[in-house]
Amino acid sequence: MTPSHTMTLNMGPQHPSTHGVLRLVLELDGEVVVRCVPHIGYLHTGIEKGLESKRYQQGIPLTDRLDYLAPLSNNLAYVLAIEKALGITVPERAQTIRVLLTELTRIKSHLVWLGTHALDVGAMSVFFYCFREREQILDMYEAVSGQRMMSTYFRVGGLVADLPPGFEQQVQAFLAAFPDRLADYEALLTQNPLWRQRTVGIGTISREDAIALGLSGPALRACGVAYDVRKAHPYSGYERYQFDVPLGKIGDVYDRYMVRMAEMRQSHRITLQALARLQPGPINVADPKLLPPPRHLLKKSMEALIHHFKLYSEGFSVPPGEVYQAIEAPKGELGVYLVSDGSARPYRVHYRAPSFVNLQGLSRMVEGRLVADVIAVIGSLDIVLGEIDR
Amino acid sequence: MGEPETQTENREEVQAESLVLQRLREQFGQALLEVKVWRNETTVVVRPQDIQGVCRFLRDDPDLAFDFLSDVTGVDRLKLPESSPRFEVVYHLYSLPHKRRLRLKVRVGEGESVPTVTGVWETANWHEREVYDLFGVPFDGHPDLRRILMPDDWEGHPLRKDYPVEASPKWWEEEPA
Repeated sequence: MTPSHTMTLNMGPQHPSTHGVLRLVLELDGEVVVRCVPHIGYLHTGIEKGLESKRYQQGIPLTDRLDYLAPLSNNLAYVLAIEKALGITVPERAQTIRVLLTELTRIKSHLVWLGTHALDVGAMSVFFYCFREREQILDMYEAVSGQRMMSTYFRVGGLVADLPPGFEQQVQAFLAAFPDRLADYEALLTQNPLWRQRTVGIGTISREDAIALGLSGPALRACGVAYDVRKAHPYSGYERYQFDVPLGKIGDVYDRYMVRMAEMRQSHRITLQALARLQPGPINVADPKLLPPPRHLLKKSMEALIHHFKLYSEGFSVPPGEVYQAIEAPKGELGVYLVSDGSARPYRVHYRAPSFVNLQGLSRMVEGRLVADVIAVIGSLDIVLGEIDR
Repeated sequence: MGEPETQTENREEVQAESLVLQRLREQFGQALLEVKVWRNETTVVVRPQDIQGVCRFLRDDPDLAFDFLSDVTGVDRLKLPESSPRFEVVYHLYSLPHKRRLRLKVRVGEGESVPTVTGVWETANWHEREVYDLFGVPFDGHPDLRRILMPDDWEGHPLRKDYPVEASPKWWEEEPA
């Protein structure tokens, strides 16, 4: 029974600060949240079902649409899972490009988080600055894949194409300016008394609760748990890069803010190392059954023509079995569970979406706090409904 | 595929894996239905009635300390060569202190339920709701077993293999395949 003095307030699904179509049913006692029940599923598009009906390569564009602020991370988890099941490793250059681009993706995703989070809490100008920098990363996406958002750049066994001429200079120019830009954002927020009032000690979650609730990524590291998939289970050659895992202390909104700001610096560091590591070389595994032959060979080689035809009419098959591949996406542990029955289509694909799990922690963080804090806490979780609802 | 096995067996990892299996065998000898290692990943199938006990043991044993539940999901085995029992509930466990993964599975038929592990890891709550919603596998003792992604009045469970990829529920009822 609901006590008569509480009021039930519906927030969303059309509310600008729920970051998509999230609906919360808040039970309020005055301004204090007594209960918070999230309702999700408004953006359910059946992506896992869709992946089952498509051949392995055809599924990659669907994965872009999960966390649409970090499409390349979703691509990477999917192709790595398939590569693990196939038992192949891509060449060094492809690994380095994958690291380079997914770290830029992390910066891009964190910039949207910072801009919108600050906007929700009332700092308007940060939003414009963040989107200015994000635009430059979108230009890089466009340069490599022809698409600004849904890039679908990675392939099973490598990449769709090598980097275009002048790309490294484009990244270098961005990286040269970025630390100063980051310092600008921090100057606007980190010591700002209004920002600190809205974030320090708000939405605190204990280390034990965070682990029990399965939080991952910056939301977990803000509680002081040093779990980063890139360090614990390196993939794509992350063991060769020097970087730190920033940690928070008490797991409040401000800690999550500080962790993500520090992560952008670390991503900047990794990206510089990746640029330095870029050596000429093959970008794809030498397996004509996995990747199409070069265009010019089609007119000369019967073999190449047959491979091309078979690849686009039948695809390739993956040995029967199951794998779980996790990567450190901008939002946390992004896992792909792949079950193969030996055919050219996955039997089952499941995405362990970090936003889905992190959102489960919301009720714990906001119950007993003011209704205005709900906005700040949602912003600090950095959720994307595309991957929550899938 | 023509590719040879490129994975190198990491000796330390294999020993660690066998520790997990050894401890599980000691504790639940008859309850382990199947153990499989593929691509350096260990899968253990247990009986549904044992899942809570096995999970609690894996979480609380200090040598194993699987304190983090990454994921729970389901598989409909209808179109696999071995299709009975029909459903598989798959748990991906992770140990933060030992950096180890383990996959647990239970298998149940249509209409049979699986004991919830929400008492062991709170995070199982939404995952189990998702499996219930998309596969129709109920969880015994779950504190809040409602659909999570589909509307409350939806008919059918979309990730079942006999559910069409492109169809509205009405159309499906009028024209059975």
